[in-house]
Amino acid sequence: MTVLLGTPRSRNPVAEGATPPGRSGRSRLRPGRRRKSALTPLLFLAPGFLLFLGLIIYPMTQAFHMSFYDWNVIAGATSHFIGWDNYIKAFHDPVFSRAVVNSAAYMAITVPPQIVLGLGVAILLNHKAPGRTLYRALFYLPVVTSWVVVSLLFQYLFADSGVVNWVLHDVSHVTSGNISWLSSRWTGMVAISALGIWKGVGWSMMIFLAALQGVRKELVEAAECDGAGPWQRFRAVTLPAIWPAGAFVTIMLVIGGFNVFTSVLLITNGGPADETQVLLTYMYTQAFTNLDFGYGSAIAVLLTIGVFVLSAIQLRAYRAEGDDQ
Amino acid sequence: MSTMKNYAYKKRLAGPALRYTVLTVGAVVMVLPFLYLLSTSFKSQAYVLTIPPQFIPHPATVSNYTEVWTQDNLGRFLVNSLIVALTTTVLSLLLSTMMAYAFARFSFFGRELLFKVLLLGLMIPAMMLIIPQFILAKYFGLIDSLPGLVVFYVGASLSLNTFLLRGFFAAIPSELEQAMEVDGANAWTRYWRLILPLSKPVLATATIFTFLASWDEFAWALTIINSPTNRTLPLAIALFQGQNSTLWGLVFAASAIAIVPVIVVFVVFQRYFVQGLTSGAVKG
Repeated sequence: MTVLLGTPRSRNPVAEGATPPGRSGRSRLRPGRRRKSALTPLLFLAPGFLLFLGLIIYPMTQAFHMSFYDWNVIAGATSHFIGWDNYIKAFHDPVFSRAVVNSAAYMAITVPPQIVLGLGVAILLNHKAPGRTLYRALFYLPVVTSWVVVSLLFQYLFADSGVVNWVLHDVSHVTSGNISWLSSRWTGMVAISALGIWKGVGWSMMIFLAALQGVRKELVEAAECDGAGPWQRFRAVTLPAIWPAGAFVTIMLVIGGFNVFTSVLLITNGGPADETQVLLTYMYTQAFTNLDFGYGSAIAVLLTIGVFVLSAIQLRAYRAEGDDQ
Repeated sequence: MSTMKNYAYKKRLAGPALRYTVLTVGAVVMVLPFLYLLSTSFKSQAYVLTIPPQFIPHPATVSNYTEVWTQDNLGRFLVNSLIVALTTTVLSLLLSTMMAYAFARFSFFGRELLFKVLLLGLMIPAMMLIIPQFILAKYFGLIDSLPGLVVFYVGASLSLNTFLLRGFFAAIPSELEQAMEVDGANAWTRYWRLILPLSKPVLATATIFTFLASWDEFAWALTIINSPTNRTLPLAIALFQGQNSTLWGLVFAASAIAIVPVIVVFVVFQRYFVQGLTSGAVKG
């Protein structure tokens, strides 16, 4: 993703000069070495790169290719080219539109809190105070835990007679009875989104914490001397310095939001009656339950294009805003 | 004057106090679900969904742990996960350090283009590839096998690792390598004896991220693994859920066994996590 935010090389002068200037000069002196040294990097590159081409790039092209076919899974059977039919089908499929809305809703519900809370915690932790490492570790704990475990955990917490209902009903009397969270669309999405926020805050905290360390102390102190309040100091000094990190976090979280899969699969499995399907669970169901690989690929392609377009739009917005800062 | 001083003093104390209160509330929200998971793993099925909920299991029992370990074959899944994660990490580190070395220390025709192609791997959502990858795995007879997991986990990890390592390798002063070259060391010796030993911190970061990613991976394992004996931990835990009409005690005993190594690795190597995240994101 970093690529989107400007070439990494340009910020690393050492990397630019990575090729020792002496090398080319020397091989000019000793022409016998030239062919050998031209081959060397390729030998280092080949095993990994060929594997990468075969396992990532080739499947990527295949995903586009398959989306134009009525793909037949059975060995030996022919698959028929059907042009845009899979895409046309998607646009007329009510479950697909619902999955788009659910994915977008998940993204909209989970991304802002992750940014705000992550930044908030990072600011609170950006002091050399005792316990800093411990707090940082605790907030990061959900990030390193597997999606499977935390999804099941949240399914348990949001069960009909689970802890969430107990807190909302028996303890605080916010609700008049137990809510059956996982058996309807929006309450199910709430449970899934709660997990998304809880699991993601630590990650954005970590990125913001690193970015805050790059804020120059002299500038903050100078602003303080000039009588700037905390908010003004944040606006004028801190915010511009962490702007690129903010862009990175936002873009990554939006991508992550549209890629929500395991939690939905395990918590509601898209149910009841496809009410909580998101794009990837629907794609997965189409491919591996209904064995409609062509339609599944079309959904995957639409998702990928959507995510790319969204990332590009955000990048432009952040660049434009960043120039104003 | 003294009141002003007093005020300033109070303000200075109130800041940290408030900060710690907010942070503690947040940290409790982060940790409490895990403690509750642990607690439930020591309850028998009759006590897992009571109202009010039991926070301290009473009566506490270790039967969930003995059952997942003896009857449900959890040891086997643990070994599978270990084999897969370790093999993936070793292969991925070997291939990506080699690629990173080529990208960082040589100039050759098409270097920038190839690197950009490699970075595509960071931008494609992994799930987009799952259908064609399944067909590919089927073609090569890798369905329902641990090598089928390893091969694709390695493939998926190459972009990020190479990207991470290349930045670090490039920053190693080229004089060191030139000195070795003058002494007659070939490229492999320089890579193996100079670059790799000097790159321990970034290798640690790449190792941890690769290991954890394959340890936690679920979607691909769910897609290609059929036989119970080939399950990895995440898959086994997820399938517990359906198979036992959710015996929460068992699910969470197995979960605890799966996440404890992760938490230990994380706590011990915390600084490498931070380095990895920051070099991959902010500095990049």
